[in-house]
Amino acid sequence: MSDAVPDQIYFEDIDVGDSIPELEKSPTSQQLVQWAAGSGDFYQIHYDTSYAQDTGLDDIIVHGALKHAFLGELLWRFAGPEGQVKRVQCSYRGMDPAAQGRESAQEKKFTLRGTVTRKYTEGERNIVELDIEGVRADGSVSTPGQGVVVLPSRG
Amino acid sequence: MADQEFESAITDEMRALIGVKGPETVSELTTTSVRMFARSVGYVDPAFYDEDAAQARGFRSLPAPPGYLGTPIFNPADSDPTFGGRRGGGGFRSPYPLVLNGGTDIEYTGEQICAGDTLTSSTALASLNERWSGALGVPMLIQVSETTYTNQNGKVVAISRGTGISYPRPGD
Repeated sequence: MSDAVPDQIYFEDIDVGDSIPELEKSPTSQQLVQWAAGSGDFYQIHYDTSYAQDTGLDDIIVHGALKHAFLGELLWRFAGPEGQVKRVQCSYRGMDPAAQGRESAQEKKFTLRGTVTRKYTEGERNIVELDIEGVRADGSVSTPGQGVVVLPSRG
Repeated sequence: MADQEFESAITDEMRALIGVKGPETVSELTTTSVRMFARSVGYVDPAFYDEDAAQARGFRSLPAPPGYLGTPIFNPADSDPTFGGRRGGGGFRSPYPLVLNGGTDIEYTGEQICAGDTLTSSTALASLNERWSGALGVPMLIQVSETTYTNQNGKVVAISRGTGISYPRPGD
């Protein structure tokens, strides 16, 4: 279980090429229903297996925007309580399934990762750019993207 | 591999819609809606759930998690029953029946977005492109829509770009 509020990291502590702490998710059908309510997207392919199969899918799939929000949480945790998330961008290159019934959520593990690609100062803001990605249990990347955060300085 | 040649589906009428803003949508953020969104993503940070914790971190109220730009005010008279936004949406319509969500890009200006805020947004078609899908054997139309969100004080808080990919049913 990750800490509710990670320790603050500072601009000076970051180097290009650094990996940031990973975030692990295991989306279940329950989470997709919670997301439907939280986001307002009630498209049936995300919680109704028969409906999803009628559209040609194998089963229900994770909402693209939920994968974007997972990447947002990865960056929120990296930026820490004094940092700020400036940008979250991702492409949906493939569908991701959700665990259902007695299936182990671990089989549908979805890991969020990031690597620092650039750091610079703009005015008084310390900006860090990252490559970010959502990775399936088999190691394939379904959701590549980029993120930008502002970090505090040790001053 | 060279792209297969195909007839463009993009018309002058479609190009004329680029940059034209659609009708405004008003979205609300409440303490309950922020908690629901944060819970559905799986956040454990108390700033999204406890107003005292949020204020101790310098937020006016519960902050919006990344990706949450409010919930469009629902009214069955003119809201879409599945997606909650304005029914029909207006503006650009792809000639192709099948649609995939290609990607999401949200840039924040740095203004706080918190429970209690009301965001007004409008969407414009930003670009139209086409490419051949070798995997499906059909042409694909790639549209990028840009939505600007302005808060109740007239400040732009975020710009969101969504990529939609539409294509004909393979075999048709």
